[in-house]
Amino acid sequence: MSSVATPAPTPRRRRRRSRLERRKSRLAWLLLLPALAVVAFVAIYPLGKTVYYSFTNQEFLAGITPTKWVGLQNYRDLYHDSIFRSAIWETIKFTLITVSVEFALGLVIALVVNSNFKGRGPMRAVMLVPWAIPTVVAAQMWRWMLDDVFGVINDAGVRLHILSHAHAWISQPSTALGAVSAVDIWKTTPFVALLLLAGLQVIPKELYEAADVDGASKLQQFWRITLPLLRPAILVTLIFRTLDALRVFDVFNVFFGNRPDTQTMAIYDQSTIVGDGHVGYGSAISVAIFLIIGLFVVIYVTFVRVTDE
Amino acid sequence: MSTVAEATRTVERPVSRSRRLRRSPVGRLAGKLPFWLLIAAIFVYALFPFYWAIRSAFTPESELFRTPVDYFPKHPTLANFRGALSTSVFQHALLNSTIVAGSVTLISLAIGSLAAYALGRFRFRGRSAVLYLMLSMTIFPQIAILGALYTMITDFHLYDKLGALIFTYMIFTLPFTVWVLTSFMRGLPGDLEEAAYVDGATPLQVFYKVLLPLIAPGLVTTGLLAFIAAWNEYLYALSFIQTQTKYTVPLAITNFQGKSSFQVPWGQVMAATVVVTLPLITATLILQRRILAGLTAGAVKG
Repeated sequence: MSSVATPAPTPRRRRRRSRLERRKSRLAWLLLLPALAVVAFVAIYPLGKTVYYSFTNQEFLAGITPTKWVGLQNYRDLYHDSIFRSAIWETIKFTLITVSVEFALGLVIALVVNSNFKGRGPMRAVMLVPWAIPTVVAAQMWRWMLDDVFGVINDAGVRLHILSHAHAWISQPSTALGAVSAVDIWKTTPFVALLLLAGLQVIPKELYEAADVDGASKLQQFWRITLPLLRPAILVTLIFRTLDALRVFDVFNVFFGNRPDTQTMAIYDQSTIVGDGHVGYGSAISVAIFLIIGLFVVIYVTFVRVTDE
Repeated sequence: MSTVAEATRTVERPVSRSRRLRRSPVGRLAGKLPFWLLIAAIFVYALFPFYWAIRSAFTPESELFRTPVDYFPKHPTLANFRGALSTSVFQHALLNSTIVAGSVTLISLAIGSLAAYALGRFRFRGRSAVLYLMLSMTIFPQIAILGALYTMITDFHLYDKLGALIFTYMIFTLPFTVWVLTSFMRGLPGDLEEAAYVDGATPLQVFYKVLLPLIAPGLVTTGLLAFIAAWNEYLYALSFIQTQTKYTVPLAITNFQGKSSFQVPWGQVMAATVVVTLPLITATLILQRRILAGLTAGAVKG
């Protein structure tokens, strides 16, 4: 669920007497208590526990081997783990492919839908359809379309002479990543377009009118007005999409199960913890994933800061 | 007539054509053609996979596994729908998912609206810290705590029970609910609240007699988004549920078994996907304006 709602700044209020303020502040914390308790219990405590597990040899069936503190052993193993290394690489490739294609396609769609034409309303509604479909369902729909014998993509491709022969898109290593990316791109591009469209709609029309008067070409207007003013929307979209893509699990699981050549970080982690029951080692993988995603956040935030100056 | 002319003008503007060409009707049509082709392409791209699912759901198995592929069912049938809906796994899954997503949504809304009231209408030390906490939770990678949740759930004897999902799904529905409802709370004017205080209402009365009715539309939208997220969740369901009768919809959809284990019963799978997505799509289309507003409010402000 990618939400990017930013609450508006607090309305300024007159200063009240401090006792009333104290009472209100106490009430506020009381109101927050259930939510904070749930977050602490469901997210923060498990996060701490995961970090702790990552330094132990915790197994799911803990009765068989007694749990010991193993220090950095899991992390040392992880460093030499070639499966994890290829999983990182696979995840980054997937992220680069999907985020860039979704952004490029999404921008084109947003620009098209932003112009005034009859049917703009239905168009926007249509764009929400892929977003509302569960990822697993979208994956199944595409698995069937990509079927090597009875799939519509092979059939249409061969009929239109785009393909010379039918491909086993999902089982062939060379096309597997492309096939799985296609699902994510189909499901998410409309959403990216909607976010960018929202950004486009707040650009004042007068700017384009003035540019027209000054004789600027459409291309110049796009580079000099649209792109710079769309920058906040673009950044938010890219950040959320990147974070989402880095933790991808559903599509890969439906398409490949635990097939070794197509594991993402999340797939490898889940199969280590739940499939093999290696909670300790899996937790070290979790921490690594957490740090890798954190690294991307830091890169983005630094980039925003630097270019803002 | 004038509106049509206006529409044409704005549409045509991006396509730069010489003036003379633009005046002739043929030229006007030719200028608009690439634009409409693009629109048509987007429509087809967004809807074709869904059309294909519907088409396959109505196609009898005998025609489904045949080449060349038919693009329209020659002998439409409801057999796939009957087959999918009559399997007990799928029936259970619909019920289980409704229970899980429904409870998660209601709990999140109840707890979340209280928190949103505090965050949206009170000024106190630590407020922005809590807001940042909630925001960082909305992008929290769920995989990062899988190991700890796995052992916690076993310790609580929740493994292979729907309770495990209701418990763990709060991690993504609650912070999201708090965050979105806070922005709704903040958007309300302060006058009504002040008036209620002057009349001697307590803060809690203000909350459920004045503010809650005002953000009712926000509650519906947020609730729908939380429901969709819980309905679609796969990672935790796959990890914490084992028995087929406890399957949620995504698990049932990926584990569809036909009469023979050699061939995925694609007709039934597609019928099942149509059944589970139609309600979501209908609700989304009805509430599309609100959903768009809720999802994109921040991207605009930056």
